[in-house]
Amino acid sequence: MTASTVEKATSHVPDPLGRFGEFGRRFVPETLMHALEQLTDEYERAKQDPAFQAELDDLLKNFVGRPNPLYFAERLTEHCGGARIYLKREDLNHTGAHKINNTMGQVLLTRRMGKPRVIAETGAGQHGVATAVACARFGLECVVYMGEEDIRRQKLNVFNMRTMGAEVRSVTSGSRTLRDAINEAMRDWMSTVDSTHYIIGSVVGPHPFPMMVRDFQSIIGREARQQCLDATGRLPDEVIACVGGGSNSAGMFYPFVEDDGVALIGVEAGGRGPAPGDHASTLSYGNKGVLHGSYSYVLQDEDGQTQDVHSISAGLDYPGVGPEHSYWKDTGRVNYVAIRDDEALDAFQKMARLEGILPAIESSHAIAQVLKTAGNRSKDDIVVVCLSGRGDKDVYEVARLLGQEID
Amino acid sequence: MTQQTRIAATFSTLKADGHLAFMPFITAGDPSIEATQSLIRELGRRGVDLIEVGFPYSDPIADGPVIQASYTRALNNGLHVDDIFRGVSELPTDELPPLVAMVSYALLFRRGVEAFVRQAVASGFAGFIIPDLPADEAADVGEIVRASGADLVQLIAPTTPNDRAQKILAAASGFVYCISTAGVTGVRDELPPELTEQLRWLRSQTDLPLAVGFGISRPEQVDMLHDVADGIIVGSAIVKHLADTSSPDGLTSALEAVGEFAGSMVAATHSAR
Repeated sequence: MTASTVEKATSHVPDPLGRFGEFGRRFVPETLMHALEQLTDEYERAKQDPAFQAELDDLLKNFVGRPNPLYFAERLTEHCGGARIYLKREDLNHTGAHKINNTMGQVLLTRRMGKPRVIAETGAGQHGVATAVACARFGLECVVYMGEEDIRRQKLNVFNMRTMGAEVRSVTSGSRTLRDAINEAMRDWMSTVDSTHYIIGSVVGPHPFPMMVRDFQSIIGREARQQCLDATGRLPDEVIACVGGGSNSAGMFYPFVEDDGVALIGVEAGGRGPAPGDHASTLSYGNKGVLHGSYSYVLQDEDGQTQDVHSISAGLDYPGVGPEHSYWKDTGRVNYVAIRDDEALDAFQKMARLEGILPAIESSHAIAQVLKTAGNRSKDDIVVVCLSGRGDKDVYEVARLLGQEID
Repeated sequence: MTQQTRIAATFSTLKADGHLAFMPFITAGDPSIEATQSLIRELGRRGVDLIEVGFPYSDPIADGPVIQASYTRALNNGLHVDDIFRGVSELPTDELPPLVAMVSYALLFRRGVEAFVRQAVASGFAGFIIPDLPADEAADVGEIVRASGADLVQLIAPTTPNDRAQKILAAASGFVYCISTAGVTGVRDELPPELTEQLRWLRSQTDLPLAVGFGISRPEQVDMLHDVADGIIVGSAIVKHLADTSSPDGLTSALEAVGEFAGSMVAATHSAR
């Protein structure tokens, strides 16, 4: 393989078969194939329908609170002593994270398809809450699958979902985390596909999910790109976002893919270090493989069994990644790096003290990367960081970890 | 195409005798490869027509909770794909019913499809069911499997529209696996009318044998399939016997229970129509 054989990344992906370069496609049981074809057709029709777009725009503006600001982080910039740092404030959305951009779009699609019931998976609970909110808003039945281990770690979000009328089902199989919640949601969908839509929470899974979720999340990058032009008169030099399954980063990066001068940096969960089982850095250490209906990079053993992963952050604690990220990696369009648990924890505290913002522990990985590298850049450079969510949900876990360090 | 595959030959004989095929499913390595070898020998002795051997996978979205639990048990015992190939190659597979590998595409892809198929066929497998490889993605794999003299079995679901089913049938060989909607497993006394209708329509479209899996767990339930299908697949009802084999006595009694159940199913499926 030489660099010349690798194509240049374009935004004209996926093709009608759901392929991002070689990645993506559909590797699912036959039971789901017809529903995926129907969903693809319905989504294509909705995309062309001005009434659908108008309804979504109205919800994003008046219910979610968009556009959210692109905020100049003055003291963070001073602290780093280099590039000017701007934060895209997805933490200011209703429900406190970017996840609602996707659930609003998909719940409108659910209504179009006439399905009365929605299922979802959730790890940290942010997607579960955003789905519960969307279903409450439109009076749809909502079931959220969540690993037993995550239910224990994220009691606040579990209470929120139940208050919103969602049923939270505990998943006790396998590792009892996000990956098993996806397995369980897929299984539910196989037996209820006629009446149920599965609102997947990231840019993973079979076609059309990676494309559709990216499209709904792309409002992040579209706004940020325009806001940067308005505020500074030019595009940023670098854009940074964290990557678990990869939905906030896909939405942030996609509108910049064809802006050659803009460096794109995806930050994965480096956990405790590079040993297998100690991290969730799928693109940094994984192999090409199949997981959850899609062909992408995946952390697996030599047989193809999915490996256990670790991250301080339940939202990045996933052994796969969206196929478009694999495409961006192999085309060299996005550079993927890993940030360790302790670096993210440090960034969480620095953001609180320097900017008065508690970032989600997921987003703290992106902040840690800018803390590491912004100082090496010229003071004329501009770096935009996606602050994908707020950190209220993480305070118990962070307090516990800080307590252990003091001991 | 003069040479019949082992699976096709099995169905030809059954058809001539007016018998239904009985195809039990077992999980490789649950609780050990040695136990799986004993189980395959026992099922062969009881006269089953074909044995599906499930390759444990960490994220089996196509399988129900009973099968997933058995996969987890096997993997927790340290099972690897090579152990399955070795265990099967030690069996006299020519004298046993054809073995069909039920395996996730994730495992085939990781090893390389050609290498996986070559090693599986060399160890004694006669066919493949890849539940997460829809017909749309199966062309290359199908070629490799057929070139090795084995069959790639295709699946049709209750949600499969007829035009899609026709494309799937065009790619199928060996037999057609008609899956039921997950979640309808359990005791049934009559076929769901939609299933009967779909089977009759499929019968009008293909000469391939139609095998049905939908939660049959008692010999008395076999009768209702005689007119519409060519074989039945039983998975959970067998695998659940292996759920508690922590003691050597547990394993012995599990083998006996599975053997007796298989014998009663063979008696029912091999009674003349």
